[in-house]
Amino acid sequence: MTEEMIGKSVKRIKALEKVTGNATFVHDMEVQGMLYAKMKLSPHAHAKIVNIDTSKAERLPGVWSVLTGKDLPYKVGLYLVDKDILAVNKVRYQGEPVVAVAAESEEIAEKAIELIEVEYEKLDAVLDVRDAVKEDAPLVHENIEELESAPVFFPKAGTNIAHHTKIRKGDVDKGFEEADYIIENEFDLPMVDHTAMETHTSIGQWKPGKKVKLWTSAQSPFAVRNLLANGLHLNHEDIEVTVPYVGGGFGGKAGIHFEPLVTCLSRASQGRPVKITMSRMEEFNSVPVRQGLFSRLKTGVTKDGKIVAQETEFLWDSGANADYGVNVTRAAATAGAGPYEIDNVKLDSKTVYTNKIFGTAYRGFGHLEILWAIERQMDLVAEEIGMSPYDFRMKNALRRGSVTITGEHIGESHGKITECLEAVAKEIDFDNRSSEDLEKGKKRGKGIALLHKAPAMPTNTGTAAFLKFNENGSVNLTLSLVDYGQGTYTALAQIVADQLKMPVEKVNVVFEQNTDTQPYDWQTVASKGLFMSGNATIKACQDMAQQLKEVAAQPLRASVEDLIIEDEKVKIRHHKDQYVTFKELAMGYTYPNGNGIGGPLVARGNYIAQGLSNIDPETGQGHPALDWTYGAHAVEVIVDEETGEFEVKRIASAFDVGKVINESNVIGQIQGGVIQGYGSAVMEGYQFSDDGRLLTNSFTDYKVPSIADIPELTPIIIENAQEDGPYGARGVAEHPMISIPPAVANAVQDAIGVQLKEMPVIPEKLYELIEEKKNR
Amino acid sequence: MKTINLTVNGRDFQLDVKDNEILLDTLRKKLNFTGAKEGCGEGECGACTVIMDGRAVTSCIILSVEADGSELETIEGQSIGEEISVIQEAFIEENAIQCGFCTPGMVMSAKALLDRNPNPSDEDIDLALSGNICRCTGYYSIRDAVKRAAEKKGGNK
Repeated sequence: MTEEMIGKSVKRIKALEKVTGNATFVHDMEVQGMLYAKMKLSPHAHAKIVNIDTSKAERLPGVWSVLTGKDLPYKVGLYLVDKDILAVNKVRYQGEPVVAVAAESEEIAEKAIELIEVEYEKLDAVLDVRDAVKEDAPLVHENIEELESAPVFFPKAGTNIAHHTKIRKGDVDKGFEEADYIIENEFDLPMVDHTAMETHTSIGQWKPGKKVKLWTSAQSPFAVRNLLANGLHLNHEDIEVTVPYVGGGFGGKAGIHFEPLVTCLSRASQGRPVKITMSRMEEFNSVPVRQGLFSRLKTGVTKDGKIVAQETEFLWDSGANADYGVNVTRAAATAGAGPYEIDNVKLDSKTVYTNKIFGTAYRGFGHLEILWAIERQMDLVAEEIGMSPYDFRMKNALRRGSVTITGEHIGESHGKITECLEAVAKEIDFDNRSSEDLEKGKKRGKGIALLHKAPAMPTNTGTAAFLKFNENGSVNLTLSLVDYGQGTYTALAQIVADQLKMPVEKVNVVFEQNTDTQPYDWQTVASKGLFMSGNATIKACQDMAQQLKEVAAQPLRASVEDLIIEDEKVKIRHHKDQYVTFKELAMGYTYPNGNGIGGPLVARGNYIAQGLSNIDPETGQGHPALDWTYGAHAVEVIVDEETGEFEVKRIASAFDVGKVINESNVIGQIQGGVIQGYGSAVMEGYQFSDDGRLLTNSFTDYKVPSIADIPELTPIIIENAQEDGPYGARGVAEHPMISIPPAVANAVQDAIGVQLKEMPVIPEKLYELIEEKKNR
Repeated sequence: MKTINLTVNGRDFQLDVKDNEILLDTLRKKLNFTGAKEGCGEGECGACTVIMDGRAVTSCIILSVEADGSELETIEGQSIGEEISVIQEAFIEENAIQCGFCTPGMVMSAKALLDRNPNPSDEDIDLALSGNICRCTGYYSIRDAVKRAAEKKGGNK
């Protein structure tokens, strides 16, 4: 039975609660005496706050507190501590919270917001990263060099550059000298919203003795606790963060968001609990997004298709805050040559402030963005040198023995991107691209794109797991990784069932997370969940198995070494009819005469990332990657060569996941990720007016894929085991969405020969390019 | 304020509502049927879907006074104790649930479809569910779940 546990499609934990509407999200929660918060948002992209008059709002019956930035002298953040809770002195983007109110009902709070008058003096705004890096650009933040930050980030004084990651490998000038072709292109993509279905929502309660209780829709309860403690100067043990069911995250609920605000509002409201829930419009306007990216790539290549030099500039549009943006800039830079071996690389990746909503983590953490540029460049270069995009990739792809741009050696335990490439090309019959069967004016095209990503996290990221027996011989697994839809808890239950040789139905993974009772986890991000928590869980199981054996050894009168675990029992290896059951051991073994031994069984396991090092600030050399997951997509499109209208007929996507723990959930991640990437590819993107107002702030103006939009999809799973992964597994949560946009654009280029360099891929832009091509 | 009568999952309620109160708030805040969610507040995402007089509606853009005298079905009415509906079973079996926030609305849209069309094509399913946004699953498993539910109910033969 238990041998089949790994790889099996065990039904998702808590599916019943979710499908019956019984699952309680923070969205659904009310706490006795609760007040409701609303915020007044900045109408300007960049303006000085001249005066705020809150007097009328304060007099409105039912209003408990009104706060402005002056009341909150705190900075909050994870990597670069640059976020105000409410705007102080000036506003830096349209949608920035300026004043907040807590009142007895949402209606009263809204009324109070309307009664607040804010006087602004408009300042010059900077909206494009290319303008923001100019010497005379308006500064979004003054004195950025004084901001507190993690020691690996370096804000540049007197500029809008919050961080600059440099990667230097080989000699790029020499590389370009060797090149037969040098091809340079610029690429662009807009900001994109996560649109988790549950908007950001938090309830905070200030308690006597500077204590705080929080219920929040967040990915990482311990990150919320840590950043709140640091930001508001509180003790960690005085803050209790509870995370119940979470309605989607995708990176948007990593780090900390409105938790400090509700905490401060509660403090100002005599300790009444305060709830804030973003409306969808506020979610679009005031909650961070995926950064925009402008890229410039210069590639040197020989006649036979070997890339010999690559010079890359990434300008990340971080918006008004770079707390998370600096780390996206760093992490993506370490993957910035794509999944290819290039001997000579000069790469500069800069986080740039602009007067727009700010950036944060989003599924893929910068990799969808850079691989838009890299994988488009690959096809543009392949076309220029007259080589098949497949052969060109195959020739340059990372493989055993390759050295990455940070100096990491690709070895036996790594995945194989070449297998992913082969699999998807075969699946869509890449070489066969005839349009003969199509109606006149329609052209078939096929495109491929590769991807790779490692978890982006501090080098010393850690996690832990507790295991305890229940009276009936079942176990509870507790940990602080949050399962907001990935299915990780189900995989972890399978691991426990396999390790302890017990039915998976008897493994209860505790769903609601709480920092007072659960062991530490850094954050639920980076596709590191199953890898790291899986390893911690295995260690907890090993600890438990040892304890079971040590207690059982006494009544069995055998040594621990001669005992095995099987069928929820501890047995003597060569006399399997002599055993003690888990149930008999769970709370301590009791002899027939009443003597008890052992006691209630509790086990623990922990895991910390192994062998990682910070990259050198001047050369980018170091070891930043826990594990690389490789993948490839192949896409078939049919394009109208006159109008640019197109249909994506099918997508094939392959990932080297190391080892499947739960097949159905791996497929679920692939399907969901591919369609999220498809949204980025063909419809999503923030649009701003010339003065920096967001134009796409509802589901009417910001479209995401519906069930009617999805193309045929074939997920392909490849398993080359990762030596240090649990059972050989590596993460595959973010990867499916990466490189969908270039795969689509490459297919379009293949069909009608237009060279799109700007996302999303929409018929309007293709039409322009078609017209341009005609007039050339 | 106006007094209205609602039948929710077969149970009768009489209550006072404000003229501008939306049905979703009445269900969630006054009657504690919190299975329906607010995802957008403007009828675009389908998280608040309930069935009103046999039709799937987005309850965030229906005034409670408009619902006076109507029969409503919500996700809470789809299971009795441990017994869940065929559609709910199919959603679990096809792994058509990830974060679960859109799931109640999805199930209600699927129920309204299968009630009027026990044998839907893929296109019928896509049309009926195209107003329900799911950001997690990519929809493939949801489409499969609706097909499986139709089969289980005896359609799609």
